[in-house]
Amino acid sequence: MIKHISIKNNQSISLHDIPVLKYDDFLAHNTSLLKEEHHHCVNYFGFPQERKLRLICCIANDNEHTILVSSSLINLDSTLPSFTHHHLSFHIFEREIHENYGIRYSDHPWLKPIRFSHDRYDRNSKIENYPFYKIDSEELHEVGVGPIHAGIIEPGHFRFICNGEQIIHLEIQLGFQHRGIEKLFLEKKKLLQRTILAESIAGDTVVGHTTAFVNLWESLCGFKVGNDLMFSRTLALELERIAIHTGDLSAICNDIAYQLGSAVFGRLRTPVINFFQIWCGNRMAKGLVRAGKNNFPFSKELGNRLLHLFEQYEPDFKEMYAEFKTLPSVLARLEKTGIVTKEQAYSIGAVGMSARMSGIVRDIRMTHPHDLYPQLHHKPILKHHGDVYSRTQIRKEEILQSIDYIKTLLKNIPEEDKSSQKLKSPSANAFAISLTEGWRGEICHCAITDEKGEIAHYKIKDPSMHNWLALALSVRNNEISDFPLCNKSFNLSYCGHDL
Amino acid sequence: MKVLNLIYIIAASLFFNGIIIRTKSIFSGRMGPGIFQPLKDIWRLFRKGAVYSQTSSFIFQIAPTIYFASVLMAVFVIPFGGQPGLISFKGDFVFFAYVLALGKFFMIISALDTGSSFEGMGASREALYSMLVEPAFFILIGSFALLTGHTSFYEIFSSLHFGSYISYRIGVLAAFVLVIIAMIENSRMPVDDPKTHLELTMIHEVMILDNSGFDLGLILYTSSLKFAMYGAIIANLFLTPGNEWYYSIPIFIGIQIFFAVLIGTIESFMARFRMNHNPEFIFALTTASLLIFLGVLLILGKII
Repeated sequence: MIKHISIKNNQSISLHDIPVLKYDDFLAHNTSLLKEEHHHCVNYFGFPQERKLRLICCIANDNEHTILVSSSLINLDSTLPSFTHHHLSFHIFEREIHENYGIRYSDHPWLKPIRFSHDRYDRNSKIENYPFYKIDSEELHEVGVGPIHAGIIEPGHFRFICNGEQIIHLEIQLGFQHRGIEKLFLEKKKLLQRTILAESIAGDTVVGHTTAFVNLWESLCGFKVGNDLMFSRTLALELERIAIHTGDLSAICNDIAYQLGSAVFGRLRTPVINFFQIWCGNRMAKGLVRAGKNNFPFSKELGNRLLHLFEQYEPDFKEMYAEFKTLPSVLARLEKTGIVTKEQAYSIGAVGMSARMSGIVRDIRMTHPHDLYPQLHHKPILKHHGDVYSRTQIRKEEILQSIDYIKTLLKNIPEEDKSSQKLKSPSANAFAISLTEGWRGEICHCAITDEKGEIAHYKIKDPSMHNWLALALSVRNNEISDFPLCNKSFNLSYCGHDL
Repeated sequence: MKVLNLIYIIAASLFFNGIIIRTKSIFSGRMGPGIFQPLKDIWRLFRKGAVYSQTSSFIFQIAPTIYFASVLMAVFVIPFGGQPGLISFKGDFVFFAYVLALGKFFMIISALDTGSSFEGMGASREALYSMLVEPAFFILIGSFALLTGHTSFYEIFSSLHFGSYISYRIGVLAAFVLVIIAMIENSRMPVDDPKTHLELTMIHEVMILDNSGFDLGLILYTSSLKFAMYGAIIANLFLTPGNEWYYSIPIFIGIQIFFAVLIGTIESFMARFRMNHNPEFIFALTTASLLIFLGVLLILGKII
């Protein structure tokens, strides 16, 4: 019996081709897949079908470059044994299914609502009456931070249980940014509206999320993507990585009150995002990535400007980083702060930088390459300590690696594809999945169409979904005054999580 | 003309913070605000009303005033060159230390009064660091008292430099200790970061989160005054009594400016300490004070 269908990244298949298993088989099959280290869960969600709930689980196979999709049809009022009981990395997906559809799990350790979405099953469950973890001890104390952030970035509530200065436990509550994006994808029928929605999922990952969306859309429509489109998407993804990583280094310096680093890295970020402005008229690259077309073709002249930019960027960056990493007061703050072990990162299913800092090879650019990444033969940068310093080093090395990639790409700028291939409408009863390695980690978009070819369900997974738990684990037994530094070193998305 | 001492210190306090901020701006490649900008900010705050939480008591309202008054009282005992301070008596350095401690005590209980968990944390950190600094200060001034045989600031400083030039060398070491004490007492780098927006890492800043308007202005000004006060003590180590005003005033101004620029430079080129390294750092300061004590014993021939 076929238990799953194996597909490639950005491949669209008929919904009927996904095998429907009995829930017990579904559970046993997927959890047994996860026992092997080269498998990880990229998305697991439910969508209503014929008054029942169709659960779809997508497991990525990193060795074979495939995604194994299986499904199960369950009744809406069922009580089920949980996946999480067997592998912790499913916890966030099952909590989401529980929150949205009221499915009960008999052995899920922690059915905390993840974002109090507008269309949640239990309207009475609100942030106001959510029971946070409490302490009875006289010696411990509780510190609540947020939801208004001290630096007014994005809202999130953090509740610490501390013993003096030492953090015993951190509970993170998000959902303050919930906008109902997945639902809006169904309500907004125009492609442009949907593209703009994708651009607004997380303001710092505009290229990442939009690339995931357009790749998905083009695959649903059977559009053959030209070399010029792939080129500009790959280039934009790497540029976004450079820009945000540099900004993060500046923010890390700011949090440890190292003024020189904060000023210099901050200055270095500006020309990179300004290059987006020159290219497409927006510093965050909004408007750059569009399905089936490119409004801002990349020219030789732009290429030369970019090379010139790197000529100035690289020496300054290297000099500043050398200064930064040799300063004892900086290293004293970064080393051995906020450690996440490899076992922890693996069990919670961390992705992106948060996985690579602990020595886990998890990078879509290598395992499921899209656009021009197959040509680049990406080798992920790995660190093994899982502390703030590892996350800093990864950023530095990824910046230099991305510059190399961009230089390689610029040697061969493809001509604009003038053949006016039209985007067709999406095929009916189809399922498509798209994985993209944004700067933060793996972004997964899934879409299901109905018999008319309209989107029936749209599912977004930002890398932050997995990684927030890594932050909560990293601060345990650290000092509470190091929390902001740990938080910044992960730099997770609030709105990407809240959708 | 004892009042002149007070005027010098107040004048120095007006531009002290401005110089620190300007130094930091220049080192980070910016023009930065004018040196009187902090003063203008304080003036703006003085014209605002204060908001008080309903859960806080009168302590929260009187604490900023007591804090300011305590620092002002401490300034009164500081001599200047050959001039004694407004108040001068035997043992006034003990008065100096504990009148400052009184102000700090009120700030700490006012922070606890708000009931905020942040302010509680800040208060506990501030109390710990002040406690650790105290031995360093007393060993330092105690050594000078031993060296000179006097127990008031005025007499100590006026008789410090009649021995050999070795007293100037001890003066340099004492200046180092006093600079660090001033940095800790004023919650500057590397112990605390006055510019941070992160409540969880703050020490002094987090204690005054609930203060607003006039009270906040008073606290900010007090902090400048405290800096100028420590600057004045340091300057006294190098002012030889009997010098004319045209020597002593430039030395005083020079030392104040040097002190401010030094703080700005330290804050520009290093990261702050991890919170649990702070006590070690402050203990090290006590060791430096003990070195001075040893030096004094050597001069007096009490050992060997």
